[in-house]
Amino acid sequence: MDWHLIIAAAIKIVVFVFLVTLPLVAMSVWAERRVSAAIQDRVGPNRVGPFGLLQAVADGIKFLLKEDFTPAHVRKFYFWLAPALTMVPALLTCAVLPFGSRLFGEKMVIADLDVGPLYVFAIASLTVYGIVLAGWASNSKYPFLGGVRSTSQMISYEISLGLSIVPLVMIYGDLNLSRIVHEQAQNGWALLPLWGEGLSLKGFILAIPIFISFIIFTTSMFAETNRLPFDLPECETELVAGYHTEYSSMKFALFFLGEYAAMIIGSGLAVTLFFGGWSLPFGWLTPATLDAEVPWWHGMIHIGTFFAKVIAFILFFIVVRWTLPRFRYDQLMRLGWVFFFEIALANVVLTALLLWLL
Amino acid sequence: MTFLFYLFAALALFGGIGVVVCRNPVSAAFSMIVSFLGLASLFIQLDAYLVGILQILVYAGAIMVLFLFIIMLLDVKEEEKRHFPYISFAGAGAVVTAFLVLVILVLNRGGTSGRTLPELAATEAGGSDVHRIGELLFGTYWFPVQIVGVLLLAATVGVVVLSKKELR
Repeated sequence: MDWHLIIAAAIKIVVFVFLVTLPLVAMSVWAERRVSAAIQDRVGPNRVGPFGLLQAVADGIKFLLKEDFTPAHVRKFYFWLAPALTMVPALLTCAVLPFGSRLFGEKMVIADLDVGPLYVFAIASLTVYGIVLAGWASNSKYPFLGGVRSTSQMISYEISLGLSIVPLVMIYGDLNLSRIVHEQAQNGWALLPLWGEGLSLKGFILAIPIFISFIIFTTSMFAETNRLPFDLPECETELVAGYHTEYSSMKFALFFLGEYAAMIIGSGLAVTLFFGGWSLPFGWLTPATLDAEVPWWHGMIHIGTFFAKVIAFILFFIVVRWTLPRFRYDQLMRLGWVFFFEIALANVVLTALLLWLL
Repeated sequence: MTFLFYLFAALALFGGIGVVVCRNPVSAAFSMIVSFLGLASLFIQLDAYLVGILQILVYAGAIMVLFLFIIMLLDVKEEEKRHFPYISFAGAGAVVTAFLVLVILVLNRGGTSGRTLPELAATEAGGSDVHRIGELLFGTYWFPVQIVGVLLLAATVGVVVLSKKELR
């Protein structure tokens, strides 16, 4: 057995998942509260640490120290299992995202799979079990309604999410995220083909179907992560708190963290597919080939670029949440099945036609 | 890596037994998901990434969600109380025994021990299993794929028509 590979993978998992993504989750909770406060002309949490940055730590301690109350009427096993089932898949999907080019000769991706986006969709589709089981195991009305809503919502939007990236895959002819990113680094990001081979009539025309995919992908991502304007499974005005009404302390926090982790991974996937992942614009500092050695400071810059883009995307998620009102449930289903599904299918045909003509 | 094989094979078997043994329908459905996950891991260990991922995406992630969705709407307590007639146990036992005997007979006939399996096609540059499956499906077998697609479309239209009450 090759111990070198196993140790390298273990280091990447620990650093990327536990030392970067989890703190990023905590920081996005803080950012959410500060941005919402700014939008509503309030101050927001600013007491703990500089700019309230340590608020996340205080929240974490509070969640751990609170009484963990299990109501008597719940189905115990599934009640305990459900919070873990929302958190774990969200973190598992980190595995295929390329978060940098190379550092010290190591590829900066945990598992360089040839089925990258499919892996993300497959694991992310398991997140629904956490919500469904939470709703069912709580054995009371509002959580159950939240769970049922969430199931139908996630199944509906999974379809348009999957279909929306088909045009992109057709254009790049690959399902390996590392290769897709490298292609974008050299020939222009999918949405901004401004350098390399992308700077041509063909590149600009192909940006049209990619833009349509991007709109569908991002909107479906909002629905998949149960964020406003699609947070029907947990909308306060109708369902108290939806599927996690009966949960307290750390079990509630796990649902909360799972939602934010899913949001971060969604942003990471969107950045990887549409905004060139770790690559800088205009092909600056791009390695010549996929396997070329990269100086360590280039590698660090690439990692920094990736996280800068992801954070920008998270801020976009947050601003949308505090700007748009909630959809009604029938509107949500209509949007998913009647509009996005058809547009995504038409987009596939359009891309095929364009690729055939050009 | 045989350790991982035994781990995931045990997981798949454990889930499979759970499907049959669990009284609670939700537990049974959940065991089935566990079994699918074990199976998917076995596929991935055989370097069949696409098949393994599709197993999770389609079966564990989509079909079983619908199963669970329907089961949750049932009265689970009623289901837990239901008793099966002993004749069904006898029938199930007979089927399992017959299947085991068949497997043992097939394996004792020499199985694959004397023969070598055909070599896989040499992996050219960029020739992942996704590419090869894609080339087979949309190159060699394009016609059957189209036929299956049309059949599935007809089935979908049929289901929509049947489930609309006012159409009759």
